[in-house]
Amino acid sequence: MKTQNVLIVIVLMAASGVLTANTVLEERLSTYAKNSGSSFSSQQGKDLWFKEFHDAETGKQRSCTSCHTKDATRGGKHAKTGKAIDPLAPSVNHERFTDAKKIEKWFKRNCKWVMGRECSDQEKGNFLSYLRSL
Amino acid sequence: MKVFLVLLFGLLSGSLAFADDDHERNEAKGFAVNDNVYLQECGSCHLAYPPQLLDKKSWQVIMQSLDKHFGDNAEMDKALATQISRFLEGNAASSGFSRRSHNSASGRITETSFFRHEHDELSPRHVAQNPEVKSLANCSACHRRAKVGSFRESEIRIPGFGRWDD
Repeated sequence: MKTQNVLIVIVLMAASGVLTANTVLEERLSTYAKNSGSSFSSQQGKDLWFKEFHDAETGKQRSCTSCHTKDATRGGKHAKTGKAIDPLAPSVNHERFTDAKKIEKWFKRNCKWVMGRECSDQEKGNFLSYLRSL
Repeated sequence: MKVFLVLLFGLLSGSLAFADDDHERNEAKGFAVNDNVYLQECGSCHLAYPPQLLDKKSWQVIMQSLDKHFGDNAEMDKALATQISRFLEGNAASSGFSRRSHNSASGRITETSFFRHEHDELSPRHVAQNPEVKSLANCSACHRRAKVGSFRESEIRIPGFGRWDD
């Protein structure tokens, strides 16, 4: 394979990765918009990112930042196990939000862990709009 | 292209050389976790603990309470959970694997008599008070090859303390 061909393949692969990311993310956002009947605010998503919730069982405060830190463009750390978590912002981590099932799985787990309930479609939309804006 | 192949071959043979003896290779094979679904679903938050560390009943306790998973929510889609349960139960510790019990009513590996016996000489300064270890659940902090399923004593390095000799 000539160097030129290799380069073309690499460029195409990179481009398709970016396209896939956008498609899944856009599809989720339009589904949330349809279900909730409203548009989204990245500011409200940001507010939710930093909002602290009291966990009655442990007596501790919980928020998205407990594991993902205040800056979603940087890596985080699992609050309990210490395992490294890759950045959430799709601008620095192209693999984020490329799999609809994975998005829903983590929304379910983490919304319940932080707030004690699942997130609404409105909240999910705000949240993804915020992360996408970073 | 030829250069590339030569480089690739060099890299591969280099990594194979890490499995330095037969004994080690066999042990690694025994505890190595090869199930991709389990690795992905459970290993994204913590070490994908070898299923051989708990008995079937204890794994059932864990898989039936994923919404309250040691202080976290680890719920997953039913089909995935069934698949993972099958893997865990199919490879769980059976009687005869060791003389000590691998049963834990809470589902905690650290509460089995097998685990307690293996770690009974450790003190809080080695684990709980050790910022690089924190918890006995953090296998790979000291068992440096835990990720490939090897827990040999000669591989243990406790951060701040070094080798472990009992």
